[in-house]
Amino acid sequence: MCNVCGCGPGEVRIESDPTGKKVSDHSHQHAHSYDHDHAHDHAHEHHHHEQGHKHHEHHGHDHPHHGDGTHDYGSGPAGASVPGMSQSRMIQLEHDILAKNNTYAAANRQYFSDHGILALNLVSSPGSGKTTLLVRTIEELADGVDAYVVEGDQQTSADADRIRATGAPAIQVNTGKGCHLDGHMVGHAVDHLAPKDGGILFIENVGNLVCPASFDLGEAHKVAILSVTEGEDKPLKYPDMFAAAGVVIINKVDLLPHLDFDIDAAITNARKVNPSIKVLKVSARTGEGMDAWLQWLTAARSMVLAGHQLAVAE
Amino acid sequence: MHEMSICESILSILKEQSRTQGFSRVERVCLEIGPLAGVEIDALEFGFDVVMRNSLAEGAKLEVHHCPAEAWCMQCAQTVSIKQRYDACSKCGSHQLQVTSGEELRIKELEVN
Repeated sequence: MCNVCGCGPGEVRIESDPTGKKVSDHSHQHAHSYDHDHAHDHAHEHHHHEQGHKHHEHHGHDHPHHGDGTHDYGSGPAGASVPGMSQSRMIQLEHDILAKNNTYAAANRQYFSDHGILALNLVSSPGSGKTTLLVRTIEELADGVDAYVVEGDQQTSADADRIRATGAPAIQVNTGKGCHLDGHMVGHAVDHLAPKDGGILFIENVGNLVCPASFDLGEAHKVAILSVTEGEDKPLKYPDMFAAAGVVIINKVDLLPHLDFDIDAAITNARKVNPSIKVLKVSARTGEGMDAWLQWLTAARSMVLAGHQLAVAE
Repeated sequence: MHEMSICESILSILKEQSRTQGFSRVERVCLEIGPLAGVEIDALEFGFDVVMRNSLAEGAKLEVHHCPAEAWCMQCAQTVSIKQRYDACSKCGSHQLQVTSGEELRIKELEVN
């Protein structure tokens, strides 16, 4: 079972290669180094005095003595070898529970940095228009900028098919029972995608505003997408996600005249949770606000390339 | 609902520690969880019992230590306590708060055999 997401073997599927050709169901082949549950049932029963040395200093208290001459200090609550101490011991750990995911995420981040790749983690509720926004973004991206997409959904490869129609390589990751992508699924998907240096990698997370906030994928920024058909109080209802995001895209603004959605209240709420969050108002359908979003992408990409050898070459 | 995944991570850490620290049973797991960690304690307790079944920590006691959520208020230049992420500073009402604690999600200590 996957340690990070809890999915069973075979439930996470990376359905296809970047060109859409079906490949075998993804099997977790990579470094699941601690998954094997060895039944190491060490029966450490502390059989003292087995070598027949002298019994000494037994000041009148009883230990369970076996007929074979062994003294068993290991059984029973009072079977301690040190007076006043129970057999169990305390271990101070201070171990971060999500450390394993963070290790995968750090490896991804290093890879993106080495290759001058801008990686973005797109998070939202289901139905906020993430895929439509992505399709339009890829179509309008400047020539010479390579876009790659990792699509996370519980099931189906419908979204990856929509992305591939634009010509951009896409990998569908089906999380099965899982509710979010994790660092290790993304690392594997990136291996399949083999993005060119200097490209942009869009990671479309599973539609869910809860868990993806806790799972770092190694991205440069989380981009939260909130559509105007949702409530303006969503940033307050799901504060973890809006606190973790660097940008919020308010999508479907072409529908505003038909709705009671208070866009200023939505922005105020987002800023309550995250005072430094950038807000972009976009309609992926009509193209309104796309320029600002593309400018932001260009700027973010420049930041990734700054100091990278690719920047010198451009 | 990623509490189940968190329990899976806990179990994997326990197995790893049992090898490095040399124990075969876990009697008690003590966690430190901040109110902003995004973890539902009830769901975690439910998931813990289920995930630990048939493992070295079957029947282990789960203890959760809550730590306070605090933030640095940029206006007041001091640490203030908060309940949620969107809380305003209790002293000046500003939202220019930098969360400094409350996101903890870690295993603090183990009682083992």
